[in-house]
Amino acid sequence: MMRILAMLLLLGSVAAQAVIETYEFSSPELEERYQQLSAELRCPTCQNQTIADSNSLISQDLRKLLYEQLEAGKSDDEILAYLVERYGEFVRYRPDYDGATRILWLAPVGLLLLGVLIVFFVMRGRRPEAAGEENVLDTAQQERLDELLKQAEQDK
Amino acid sequence: MPARLKLFLPLILFVVLAGFLMRGLQLDPTALPSALIDQPLPAFSLTVLGSEKAIAREGVIGEVALFNVWATWCVSCRVEHPYLNKLSEAGVPIYGINYKDDDAAAVQWLEKLGDPYVLSIADRDGDLGLDLGVYGAPETYLVDAQGVVRYRHAGVVDERVWTTILEPIYRELGGEGGPG
Amino acid sequence: MIPELGHFAQIIGLAMAIALTLIPAWGAWRGNRAAMQLGPGLASGMTVLVLLSFVCLSISFVQDDFSVALVANNSNTLLPMVYKLCAVFGNHEGSMLLWSLILCLWTLAVAVFSPSLPLIFQVRVLSVMGSVAVGFLSFSLFTSNPFARLLPGIPAEGSDLNPLLQDPGMIIHPPLLYIGYAGFSVAFAFAIAALLGGRLDAAWARWSRPWTNVAWAFLSLGIMLGSWWAYYELGWGGWWFWDPVENASFMPWLAGTALIHSLAVTEKRGLFKSWTVLLAIFAFSLSLLGTFLVRSGVITSVHAFANDPERGVFILVFLAIVVGGSLTLYALRAPAVASRVGFSWISRESLLLLNNVVFLVATLTVLFGTLFPLLMDALGGGKYSVGPPYFNAVFVPLMALLVPFMGIGPLSRWKKDTTSRWRQELLLPLSAAVICAVTLPLVHGEYNLWVALAVLLAGWLVFGLARDLWNRINTASDFKRGVRRLPASYWGMVVAHLGFAACIVGVVATSQYSIERDLKMKPGETEELAGYEFRFVEVAPVRGPNFVADEARFEVVRAGEFVANLAPQKRRYLAGGSIMTEAAIAPGLFRDLYVAMGEPIGNDGSWAVRLHYKPMVRWMWLGAILMAVGGFCTVADKRYRSQRRSVTAGVKGAEYAG
Repeated sequence: MMRILAMLLLLGSVAAQAVIETYEFSSPELEERYQQLSAELRCPTCQNQTIADSNSLISQDLRKLLYEQLEAGKSDDEILAYLVERYGEFVRYRPDYDGATRILWLAPVGLLLLGVLIVFFVMRGRRPEAAGEENVLDTAQQERLDELLKQAEQDK
Repeated sequence: MPARLKLFLPLILFVVLAGFLMRGLQLDPTALPSALIDQPLPAFSLTVLGSEKAIAREGVIGEVALFNVWATWCVSCRVEHPYLNKLSEAGVPIYGINYKDDDAAAVQWLEKLGDPYVLSIADRDGDLGLDLGVYGAPETYLVDAQGVVRYRHAGVVDERVWTTILEPIYRELGGEGGPG
Repeated sequence: MIPELGHFAQIIGLAMAIALTLIPAWGAWRGNRAAMQLGPGLASGMTVLVLLSFVCLSISFVQDDFSVALVANNSNTLLPMVYKLCAVFGNHEGSMLLWSLILCLWTLAVAVFSPSLPLIFQVRVLSVMGSVAVGFLSFSLFTSNPFARLLPGIPAEGSDLNPLLQDPGMIIHPPLLYIGYAGFSVAFAFAIAALLGGRLDAAWARWSRPWTNVAWAFLSLGIMLGSWWAYYELGWGGWWFWDPVENASFMPWLAGTALIHSLAVTEKRGLFKSWTVLLAIFAFSLSLLGTFLVRSGVITSVHAFANDPERGVFILVFLAIVVGGSLTLYALRAPAVASRVGFSWISRESLLLLNNVVFLVATLTVLFGTLFPLLMDALGGGKYSVGPPYFNAVFVPLMALLVPFMGIGPLSRWKKDTTSRWRQELLLPLSAAVICAVTLPLVHGEYNLWVALAVLLAGWLVFGLARDLWNRINTASDFKRGVRRLPASYWGMVVAHLGFAACIVGVVATSQYSIERDLKMKPGETEELAGYEFRFVEVAPVRGPNFVADEARFEVVRAGEFVANLAPQKRRYLAGGSIMTEAAIAPGLFRDLYVAMGEPIGNDGSWAVRLHYKPMVRWMWLGAILMAVGGFCTVADKRYRSQRRSVTAGVKGAEYAG
């Protein structure tokens, strides 16, 4: 029976494309905010789709809700809070900067700093005066090379 | 030999990652817990399906009960309906939330297939459904005697779901009745 | 009979792969020349058998043999022939067989095109690739058999191939992507062979470099096609969604980009040896990880394959063996002491090092973002989503950070350069870039700071390259000679960097200047968008080979002049009944016009219609193609060709016998 449900969900996602809503907005700014927000909210039932892209029932409802709340003069934060209260953090494609998600947002900066630091220490370890040694083998290496050359001759 | 140890770092990171991936295989990424867990059932003011009688939050809490979101347009609801009848017969109180439905069709459905519900709340515009965070029918909420939501099951309730998932929580909360 | 033949060929192919893994490797270990010489033969045998197996599967599709479960589930008699062939790999089982086949073809290519490699080294490479093939072939055979029969209840008709996949782009997108993924196995195998041999040096980097560049170029093309396909096929005009499946292909690309730059330093200067080896392992590991993510169901994605935890366990074990094993080998064998070859802060080496840092950070960021929901879930921290807003916010600044240094790179000298020389060389390119950044966005009318910044960065790259080209050509006696004197790999770099510049401009211009409007329109009505008038002429029913559709006709006029006729469709596929939107696009180098149909509204013949104006969106894909061309160019370089021809490699051979 779960399989039936899964199949229904699957069919839903196959047919779900090019959803076009024709809400009439009272101002172009509201329309822009609608487009922006609907592209940042995740459809709770779909396989990783925004409510703007999904044709599922819940996405239709959420788009309508979004439209109504925007027209009612609600701010983006209020609308997001309203939805998170009901559907959880899951609905936000732009994770909040709070708690564990701080790590997520800070990770790139942290990694970059770490990378630069490592490079810095590696570079400091290299003596710039060694810059002339390129392609010069030391005696031990030279001996080994000669030995290998000889060996290769014998192999033929 | 600290220089050599440093080279083990990628391996260690990979092992940690593999551990998480292993754990990930046992998780269901599509399972979405309700944001209402351990929150009070939202307040509402609607009518009882099939009558003009007003019903509010106070009218449905007071005992451990199931709240089942259903609709006549929902294919899987028909699948789970016989089992809900069985649960209801065995003494489990079930409240229906008739979600975004046509009243006449819903009443007719209950007449034809049997009515497992103590009563059905007619949520014609899906307002209660929205406050509950419903994302598709059927969904079943387990609410305790104080009116706090304890669990939400999305999808069909059948014998397996009841005995393995819902019943243990139901018993723990002090719920009575039920088959077996 | 044919499916059984295919199945049988696949089993023998697996046996060959096992033999390829074991026998030559044993020979290399014991110094048994006869066993080593079996390598190329086994590689060819394995490839021929897997090819036979793939051909058998294709024949089953062509012949509508619905007794094969895979055919019945993914194809039907109405499906046009070309899509029947597409359907062979438009599903989990078939695509795994294609993956294996492409891996085999790479293995064969290594066996055929590198006779000048020292035998012991070549044999180790082949063995490593054989072991990867063992993993993929047994995965296919044991968990996702493409030849499973539906007996005795053979269906009279099959179900449909997902209509989204019934598209020319889908014919070549998956193979190109897999050629890229599997191609990184060559770089990986070279790295492992070098580690096994115990000596990492410039020769290893030189051998591995052309293979890596080609794999990277294929992957670039594959990703580009995927993006292009999403743009016109999904009907909402987007071209990149940061879906886990896309990230799975993007991560190896990013790591591969770091790898090809680091390989350049290792080859030319003998530096970063163990780092380059690690990157080679990393790039291929990410290819495998992508396979795991897409096919195991640990992460939700729009276009994931059917999820099956059992398959997930198999790939994870395989991943643990390949990646865990190679990282262990790395930890034990990689040189622990950094080479003593030095270079100054102001040098090409340090710029390339910076490139590596940025690309690695980008890769890890995408990896972390993709896995973050999984990590939180595993730690019991709740359900989270990480989507485009996050990835764009972190990825764009990283790339913007890269470009200023990328512009200096080609002009700078190895080992030691001076800032005064940089200033002197780059003052002119910088001025030219600034002039472009100030003026070019004005062409569009409305001045946009982001676009100006993008033009500045792109101009910095382009004029920097121009300056470098001029310098190099100018030192020759005449122009023609100067051009001819430059090696192919240099031209490859120039073209690829130009491609990157085109991408920057395309991505920023299209995200800043695009206009999208969702409207209710009825035949006869006209809507204006960015100076273009879209007239909705009519809707008429049409019939395709396996679908029926409502086709709308739009006439686009600009300032009284006819621009284009657009005919978007709303299709219903007969076999599965799925509804599809087929967008109509008037492409152009500087702008695309895009119309998609939604649902009919009301009874007066109105439709929901989406109109898009997308300036310079093609520059992005053009840029990706240029990058790929650049990658292919490097193979034509003389020093790699001579490597293939001449057999003066006795010394090298002995070296690697260590």
